[in-house]
Amino acid sequence: MNSVTLQNIKKTYDKGNVLAVDDVSFEVKEGELFGLIGPDGAGKTSIFRILTTLLLADSGSASVAGFDVVKDYRAIRNSVGYMPGKFSLYQDLTIRENLQFFATVFGTTVEANYDLIKDIYEQIKPFNNRRAGKLSGGMKQKLALCCALIHKPNVLLLDEPTTGVDVVSRREFWEMLKKLKMQGITILVSTPYMDEASLCERIALIQNGKIMSVDTPDKIIGSYPVDLYAVKSENIYKLLVDLRAYGEVASCYAFGEFLHVTMKEGSGAEQIEKYASGKGHQHVVANKIEPGIEDSFIRLMSVRDATKS
Amino acid sequence: MEEKVIICKELTKSFGDFYAVNKISFDVNKGEIFGFLGANGAGKTTAMRMLCGLSFPTSGEATVAGFNVYKQQDSIKKNIGYMSQKFSLYENLTVLENISFFGGVYGVRKKEIKERSEELIQTLGLQNETKKLVGELPLGWKQKLAFSVAIFHKPKIVFLDEPTGGVDPLTRRQFWDMIYKAADEGITVFVTTHYMDEAEYCNRISIMVDGRVEALDSPGKLKERFSADSMDEVFYKLARGAKRGE
Repeated sequence: MNSVTLQNIKKTYDKGNVLAVDDVSFEVKEGELFGLIGPDGAGKTSIFRILTTLLLADSGSASVAGFDVVKDYRAIRNSVGYMPGKFSLYQDLTIRENLQFFATVFGTTVEANYDLIKDIYEQIKPFNNRRAGKLSGGMKQKLALCCALIHKPNVLLLDEPTTGVDVVSRREFWEMLKKLKMQGITILVSTPYMDEASLCERIALIQNGKIMSVDTPDKIIGSYPVDLYAVKSENIYKLLVDLRAYGEVASCYAFGEFLHVTMKEGSGAEQIEKYASGKGHQHVVANKIEPGIEDSFIRLMSVRDATKS
Repeated sequence: MEEKVIICKELTKSFGDFYAVNKISFDVNKGEIFGFLGANGAGKTTAMRMLCGLSFPTSGEATVAGFNVYKQQDSIKKNIGYMSQKFSLYENLTVLENISFFGGVYGVRKKEIKERSEELIQTLGLQNETKKLVGELPLGWKQKLAFSVAIFHKPKIVFLDEPTGGVDPLTRRQFWDMIYKAADEGITVFVTTHYMDEAEYCNRISIMVDGRVEALDSPGKLKERFSADSMDEVFYKLARGAKRGE
């Protein structure tokens, strides 16, 4: 069964001049941890606002937890937990007050579903009397997650919960999501960080309002159509410039300490090494590697750009 | 001897008994891409504000582009460029207006502004957008334009505060191509980022934890020292012990 479905959802702003969501369809299965991966301006937040019944789509249909986003908006609000991209709790209420407030609004108590928030809440409980506005980024994030869970929702909608958060807090957050998933909660989470894609069961890659691909991270990586090489030498910038000028190279971009390079048909690592050494590069290394989600994303983007122009 | 563009000795900033920046010391060489990393709340922004001449240190010494951070703040401001994800350009001025405004503020001569802005528009491929308001440009273009404006007056150093946050992976690469090019032309780049793969593009990296510089070296050497496969791992090993948040 599907917990979230979107069918041909379209959303424009500014009297139709800005196309934010372009014919988007995908499903999130019950109990699934699903990632919506894309940069700023891709349309992620518009999708979340449509699913949380805060925004009407121009056309198309969507449902959450079996309820239609237009007809059954009241029922949806009781069955989803939503963490918006911008911190939206009451800054001048304390941790405890925020929790109690949200519990009351949803007609429940903090104690009623304490099991669900226990692990997360106990990390911030020592600061119970501190106002939310005075909390660190990581603590705000934990409090917001607790408030989103307080009424025991079936579906959690998390809009960029880890943006601007450092590596340590990001890892902790994903650990929490895994535990929530094990308790049977369906989670739709968006992120601009490609490295977080592998932590989801299935992902949708989104760019300029369009879904480019929906699948498991492994399958998306597996469908990368050509061989990818990681290349480096002593002078990485010169190598980048040289390789881009090389006729046999199809694409070349920086990736961590290496350059990621694809070749035109019939060429491989040997050609790269030979060419680079010929250009005077020292300690040239070129190895065939497994692509990552970010490589797939870049490739899908480039293919789209090419077909557009 | 390599030319030092930033020299920092036991630079400290305290607010009451809270040491936001606690005796940090490092040098940055001319033309170097220097990554300035740290967990949220580690003190990066406070340190950067002192180096940009926006706030006075409590103690310690530092010179930026040869100027003293206590006495020559104005000269520092003239000789650096600055861009951040949050503040970059005026959204309700056009592309050309932004370039001439910032060029003028930094004392570039009118004739030169005209010539160089034409050149810049060509390089960025913005020929059809010169009269558009900057607010109407996609985020990626805004950031590339903001960087070009930040180095328009040919500063000795450019400070970049999370310049690529939220930008798509392709634009992020194009942005780094521009950084590499600027460094190749002798501009020193001082950059903060949350993307650990970008840390690998830097010549050297410092990692701040709780107000102190806990590690400083090339990405390769840092990985060796912490027996880590990636900078992500290095950062995690260093920062997970951090006591304070944002």
